[in-house]
Amino acid sequence: MIGLSSYLTVAACLFSIGVIGLFLNRKNVITVLMCIELMLLAVNINFVAFSHFLQDLAGQIFVFFVLTVAASEVAVGLAILVVFYRNRRSINVDDINTLQG
Amino acid sequence: MLEAAFFYLFGGLAVVAALGVVMARNTIHSVMFLIFCFFNASGLFFMLDAEFLGIILILIYVGAVMVMFMFVIMMLEVNFARLREGFLQYLPIGGAIAVMLLIELIAAATSGVFSSKTASTVEHFGREVNNTMEIGKVLYTKYLLGFEIAAIILLVALVGAVVLTLRSRKDAKYQVISKQVKVRKEDRLRKVEM
Repeated sequence: MIGLSSYLTVAACLFSIGVIGLFLNRKNVITVLMCIELMLLAVNINFVAFSHFLQDLAGQIFVFFVLTVAASEVAVGLAILVVFYRNRRSINVDDINTLQG
Repeated sequence: MLEAAFFYLFGGLAVVAALGVVMARNTIHSVMFLIFCFFNASGLFFMLDAEFLGIILILIYVGAVMVMFMFVIMMLEVNFARLREGFLQYLPIGGAIAVMLLIELIAAATSGVFSSKTASTVEHFGREVNNTMEIGKVLYTKYLLGFEIAAIILLVALVGAVVLTLRSRKDAKYQVISKQVKVRKEDRLRKVEM
């Protein structure tokens, strides 16, 4: 029988893959954004699994909010990326150094 | 039994697709893998009686967000192969952190803290329970403020994206309505003696 821990394990795998993707693709902003999406998806799976096994709808409501924020984040992030590409002709993270960070 | 089979199908394919997102050489392929991962995750959502969120995941994520990724990748003329230089440079530290995180998370998930007697066996709802309706009942009453804040966040993101990417090109021609209205016949018309 599939229990709560199985779903948590799948979510843990997705989250770890997202983390390792952040390290491996650290030059490509688009892939970094996609890895963040992957980590948010893992969190959403956790939320839904707990919501089902504890019989409480609040978890699903919070998934709804996470989806909203993730969509906004992607919209603004990609807009910034497009503006940056227009100015610098590059999307390399190493080129984003104007603020000397 | 069937449920377990579908769980391993969806969960395994989701993890494989996530690995594809990270490893794919072509960024377009990464987007495709991420779409596949979202489909499998929505399958998991369906198995957890969250039909509304499963459909939302496909409609919004695959239908809107990933298509936007696709548009941006196709708009940019970037040598993605050059961005992969030094791909394995950070593998040792990144791999170490990710593996430690994975071990900790799995240890926590399987430790039994989260599987009390009430939580280990849960019956699925019957056909008479409508997940969308139940979410609506809670969302529009108890979480109404959060719902409205979410709407405002989306509006701000919309306006922000438009403001960021809007630019007035120098070579583009614009209508000036006031000048068009103010113009008189004498300004444009000239009688020529034949």
